[in-house]
Amino acid sequence: MSAMTTSERRNTATPPTGPSRKRNSLAKGKLPKWAVPAVAGGSIILGAAGSTLTGFNVATFAIYSAVIFLVAASVATTVVEGKRRGKNATWTYLIYASFILALIPLASVLYTVLEKGLPGMNMHFLFSSMNGITGAVDNQTVENGTPVLGGAYHALMGTLLITLWATVISVPVGMLTAIYLVEYGKNGPLARAITFFVDVMTGIPSIVAGLFAAAFFGLLLGPNSRMGIVAAVALSVLMIPTVVRSTEEMLKIVPNELREASYALGVRRWRTILKVVIPTAISGIASGVTLAIARVIGETAPILVTAGIASNINLNVFANWMSTLPTFIYYQIMTPTSPTNVDPSIQRAWAAALLLILMVMALNLAARLIAKLFAPKKGR
Amino acid sequence: MTTNALTSKSSTSGRAGDKIFSGAALGAGVLILITLFAVAVFLLIQALPTFMADPADISGGAGFLSYIWPIVVGTVIAAAIALLIATPVGLGVALFISHFAPRRIAGPLGYVIDLLAAIPSVIYGAWGYMVLAPALVPGYDWLARNLGFIPIFEGPASQTGKTMLTAGIVLAVMVLPIITSLSREIFLQTPKLHEEAALALGATRWEMITTAVLPFARPGIISATMLGLGRALGETMAVALVLSTGNLIPSLIKSGNQTIAAEIALNFPEAFGLRLAELIAAGLVLFLITLVVNMIARAIIARHKEFSGAN
Repeated sequence: MSAMTTSERRNTATPPTGPSRKRNSLAKGKLPKWAVPAVAGGSIILGAAGSTLTGFNVATFAIYSAVIFLVAASVATTVVEGKRRGKNATWTYLIYASFILALIPLASVLYTVLEKGLPGMNMHFLFSSMNGITGAVDNQTVENGTPVLGGAYHALMGTLLITLWATVISVPVGMLTAIYLVEYGKNGPLARAITFFVDVMTGIPSIVAGLFAAAFFGLLLGPNSRMGIVAAVALSVLMIPTVVRSTEEMLKIVPNELREASYALGVRRWRTILKVVIPTAISGIASGVTLAIARVIGETAPILVTAGIASNINLNVFANWMSTLPTFIYYQIMTPTSPTNVDPSIQRAWAAALLLILMVMALNLAARLIAKLFAPKKGR
Repeated sequence: MTTNALTSKSSTSGRAGDKIFSGAALGAGVLILITLFAVAVFLLIQALPTFMADPADISGGAGFLSYIWPIVVGTVIAAAIALLIATPVGLGVALFISHFAPRRIAGPLGYVIDLLAAIPSVIYGAWGYMVLAPALVPGYDWLARNLGFIPIFEGPASQTGKTMLTAGIVLAVMVLPIITSLSREIFLQTPKLHEEAALALGATRWEMITTAVLPFARPGIISATMLGLGRALGETMAVALVLSTGNLIPSLIKSGNQTIAAEIALNFPEAFGLRLAELIAAGLVLFLITLVVNMIARAIIARHKEFSGAN
């Protein structure tokens, strides 16, 4: 390292003169700017050639090109710039590659959902249930080439109702817990225990939450009692920790001066919390709750074991089985309505997937907007 | 007296309000502890018949241990594949966002990766079932032909692609955003002075990362990986949809194997009586495994909190 720096210093002492020397001597021992794009171009061509040898396809083409580029560019940098910079270059390319690799499934999932979901997305799908849609109906649809009948209205309503009930249960419990942790607990042993177990609760597998609700209501109302509210309880087990964490973070950043100013005016602690602390933090809390809803709205496993499956519209969460969009997707794929002609079922499943993804994305977007729009005004 | 007016009526009602409010807050906190405790207790009660039943009545006919053992191993295999893929890629993505990407686009890029976490698991499952599994079949054929002598790649490869390796890859995609977002937060908290000191000594960017960023972030990376493991162990739908289940076999590219979560999801809707108790017992085992993993991860985070500010 020292040898390099001294040589560089010497070079700066005698700056290059005259227009004939195009390359700055400072840039000596560095790859010229065109080198990396040239290597990239070369490896794409070689990759294509290698791929055609075994019957061209996009996957092998991309893999071959990437590997050739990685090796060639690293070797070139090592030879010209030295071992250390070579290593730096190798890892830089690897890190760029890992990012691109992570984007592939995201792009593929979104593309698949759009491509397969759009054909089935129409008014009939949104506003009719699967009531009366049997295998015979689907067979006829395929034979006559008529539009697919049956939709996800019942599942959409089930999702909305169950999520609504889960929110109604989790938000008060979660917010009050966070208030206890920040305003009352003050790092006591109980507060620390709650914090720790809330963190642990974040990691409960969703199916275990479902089993818990099923077991709880099973003891209460007899085995196999499945209905919307059981699913809502299961979802709130998953939702409460998220609500607690986000509310806690937001309450913590409310400046203590605000609380003290309120106490100084003789305001009681509970009124201070309700009228000063929470309004200050409300944007963050609301966006956290929205994200928590987005998280549980797509849960499948807990619904499978708690709410069962239904093909008709059931708007009562306290009785009978209910469908939700995730379980609708699952059952349409796993047990197609018509085992011989699965296409209508697959089409319904993807349309429901598109609907579900749109809902989740909308919730995520809403969370960001809420955080931005209702953020407390900065005084300065 | 005016002071009396302040302490009289409105004040007593205020005191009651204070009591009610703090009581409600405390109650909510305790409710959470009770809930977690109740999860364990109710699962235990409902699972009890399994442990007391005649071993011959349990699925498989040889007692609960030999029923649960293969699916525990299957669960661990699936999670291990997921972590082997997701950890390096996730850390790479986190480093890309925190130290390599231009500052202006780093935020939006982080949001794009977070979108991966927002996609519901059933959609990943459907994608794995319909898109990924068929696409991987040629790759599995190649593995079976050329690396078939290794037990995990033993052929003949599944022609539907619905194998353990596919399930592991789908799981990897699902835990990737967890590992990325947690480790990104910690990478960003590396003291700027450490990084600049390394660069000032002539370190390349990669040397700066290995000497300043990674040692600082090590506990965070470990706990991020553990949390990812917790998610991978408990993930249900991806495996239930993608894996074509069967007995425990070493080959990852043939149909077979099973995980606890998928076993429950696939069989619970039709289960009753002893079978129901069996599945709940399996859920209890899964709960204990993930509980231990998560508690270790949280303990690591808590222990290093004071040094790193990472949480």
